[in-house]
Amino acid sequence: MVELTIDGIKTRALEGTTVLEAAREMGIVIPTLCYHPGLSPYGACRVCIVEVVKGNRSSLEASCTLPVESGQVILTNSEKVTRARKVIVELLLSSCPNSKTLQDMAANMGINKVRFKIKDRGCILCGRCVRYCKEQMGAGVIGFVGRGTSRRVATAFDLAPEECRNCGGCEWICPVNERACMAGNLIDGLCGACQNLEPVEACPVCTECSQSVGPSGHKVY
Amino acid sequence: MKKLRTAVELEQWRDQILSQHRAEKPCISICGGTGCHAYRSEDVADALAEEIERQGLNGEVELKVTGCHGFCERGPLVAIYPQKIFYQRVTRDDVPEIVAGAIMKRKIINRLLYVDPVSGKKAKFEHEVPFYKKQQRLVFGNNGIIDPKNVEDYMAIAGYSALSKVLFEMQPEGVIEEVRKAGLRGRGGGGFPTARKWEECRNAPSSDGIRYVICNADEGDPGAYMDRSLLEGNPHSVIEGMIIGAYAIGSHYGYVYVRHEYPLAVTNLSMALERARAYGLLGEDILGSGFGFDIKISRGGGAFVCGESTALMASLEGMTGEPRPKHIHTVVSGLNGKPSNLNNVETWANVPLIINRGADWYSQIGTEGSKGTKIFSLVGKINNTGLVEVPMGITLREIIYDIGGGIPNGKKFKAVQTGGPSGGCIPESLIDLPVDFDRLTEVGSMMGSGGMIVMDEDTCMVDIARYFIKFLTEESCGKCVPCREGLDRMLDILTDITEGKGKEEDIELLEELGGVIKETSLCALGGTAPNPVLSTIRYFRDEYEAHIRERRCPAGVCKALITFSIDEDKCTGCGVCARECPQGAITGEKKNLHVIDQDKCIKCGLCRDNCKFEAILVS
Repeated sequence: MVELTIDGIKTRALEGTTVLEAAREMGIVIPTLCYHPGLSPYGACRVCIVEVVKGNRSSLEASCTLPVESGQVILTNSEKVTRARKVIVELLLSSCPNSKTLQDMAANMGINKVRFKIKDRGCILCGRCVRYCKEQMGAGVIGFVGRGTSRRVATAFDLAPEECRNCGGCEWICPVNERACMAGNLIDGLCGACQNLEPVEACPVCTECSQSVGPSGHKVY
Repeated sequence: MKKLRTAVELEQWRDQILSQHRAEKPCISICGGTGCHAYRSEDVADALAEEIERQGLNGEVELKVTGCHGFCERGPLVAIYPQKIFYQRVTRDDVPEIVAGAIMKRKIINRLLYVDPVSGKKAKFEHEVPFYKKQQRLVFGNNGIIDPKNVEDYMAIAGYSALSKVLFEMQPEGVIEEVRKAGLRGRGGGGFPTARKWEECRNAPSSDGIRYVICNADEGDPGAYMDRSLLEGNPHSVIEGMIIGAYAIGSHYGYVYVRHEYPLAVTNLSMALERARAYGLLGEDILGSGFGFDIKISRGGGAFVCGESTALMASLEGMTGEPRPKHIHTVVSGLNGKPSNLNNVETWANVPLIINRGADWYSQIGTEGSKGTKIFSLVGKINNTGLVEVPMGITLREIIYDIGGGIPNGKKFKAVQTGGPSGGCIPESLIDLPVDFDRLTEVGSMMGSGGMIVMDEDTCMVDIARYFIKFLTEESCGKCVPCREGLDRMLDILTDITEGKGKEEDIELLEELGGVIKETSLCALGGTAPNPVLSTIRYFRDEYEAHIRERRCPAGVCKALITFSIDEDKCTGCGVCARECPQGAITGEKKNLHVIDQDKCIKCGLCRDNCKFEAILVS
């Protein structure tokens, strides 16, 4: 067992586990997108960043890939964390504005404007589908193609692969598109109708949607 | 070629090589490096060989096609040994005279000598040329005197003696201690202490005892070619360094990960590996010491990010070159999950030097925190383009003015970008900054692998930042969000600013976004990528503000913000501009004032480049 401090609370975690797992064990909410408990950690979306304090210095690390270490001091909700996390969610929203998951996340964080150019790519390239297909289905028929902004998820040579069983797992595990936000007109890149206490505009579509919204509009990650 | 089985045999063989070599025998050394190659030095080399044959001087005059001599601006370069006469801009026509002159020792061809533009004096010898005067070419200097295809040349300059010393006189721990005392830091960019890396790799547990030693030759920075020139010009120094490192670490398997774009480096390195193996300097039981180590070459696929350690190792494994989180260091779990030690070309080439001449000698060179020399590729708006090797702690002013010869065409120096695309721009006010790892980081730039791009007053800093961010956006692997999306949005904002569509809040947004990309990116590519933007905002904020507030590009570069017009007083009506204009936008009667039609003008600048009377105004 390893002893560490998360948000000022001393805790013990199994060696080989991650800071994210340790925090969740304690009931601390850290938002995630590319992380899934059934898949290997990937560290791509950077939404789960936490502050690792070392003396006078601190750095931001993705908690899903950060192994617990003895004596570690972690802050999950410091100003440094929330400020950076907001920018990351803003970036994600600008590349995938019609995701309800992202819109909800933005509303929860108090993001009131997306300051970046909206370039709807319909995918945040979190790689959950890729890992699911490989690790859970043993098929491995999808992967990443290209690099930088031309990176995308595809099958080999864009052909329908024989190994694909049409299990639909890739679609099911996608954190952004399984619940598309149907709001037609976004204001400053935001919908916010479901989650915002003061909606920017009444959303005609999402009034009845979302399993993710609790009774009082509180998000359960 | 006989296999050398003991250290004594190596020394005997070296004596034999030296005894066959007459010191007074004239040797014509022609540079075959990247820059001179582009000047067709190959043709000159062929002509030299033919001429020697024709004059019947085979055996009398030796001809060597070597690696890069460094002074690329004045290529093709030829040096005549033993006097070290230095000729520049040599053509085929000069060949007969050079060959004849090499035999007659005192004959010097005046027109091929370098003329110092400041003093107007001719320099006869290499050490008289101002470009070389302030350099300390410990690692790079041998390039001019050895034929990279010839291992005997390397042996003649005490090559592989460091290896034999290490194998027979030193313990692995002693080697690490020596490198630690020398204060060698990684030349690939990060400046991590080499000895600490070696020690951690040596001490990392490995179930089957396998450890890897890897050489990073994936040099991808625009304008940087020092690792290429070392591999092309002196591959054995890198190989020797790697074997010594492997011995210290306890590794038997090595890789050189080299860029796909460096075919000559691959050819020369392959040949060097073959020769070293044939001599028993590589492979099993090196020099009969019982220690075995071999090196394989792996060629990259053209991705910049593969210079990052974890991406490089993923690529070596045959996977996509993508970085992974480095909470467990590669020295503990790297290639194939085994302890792996990665150093770049220049770092490895420094190792034999330290062993041969001792840590005490080595640590006298440089500054408190950075020891030894560093090779920089000095490019951009500079008179003497080329590769320079200088002791750490030399000032930027000395590099740019004394070695580089200042800025061409009497322009004013504006800034220098160090550390490649993800380094920072250092302004004129900091030109007396001593160059070492720590000082460069302090001012918001970095050492990087040693790129040094000089900019003059005609350079727009916003445009420069945009150029580098564009490069990095294209080269980002795309795995993590801050780097992929963040850099792309940064590019959008910068493009808007250069097109006159910038908003007042853009500078703050760039700073905030840059900070987040730096702090949250997965690897060092994203971790340093915003540097060009952040450093130009830090030192040239007024230029950003001029673009945004006044819709004006002070340097006259950003096309959307400039207009070309013709100065009434200066225009002679020669008509050259009208002839050169691809759009037919310039009209005017002969010997009368010409006018530019702003609707047709595409702002290509051809009129300005061709006007002899400086009558084209940019505003």
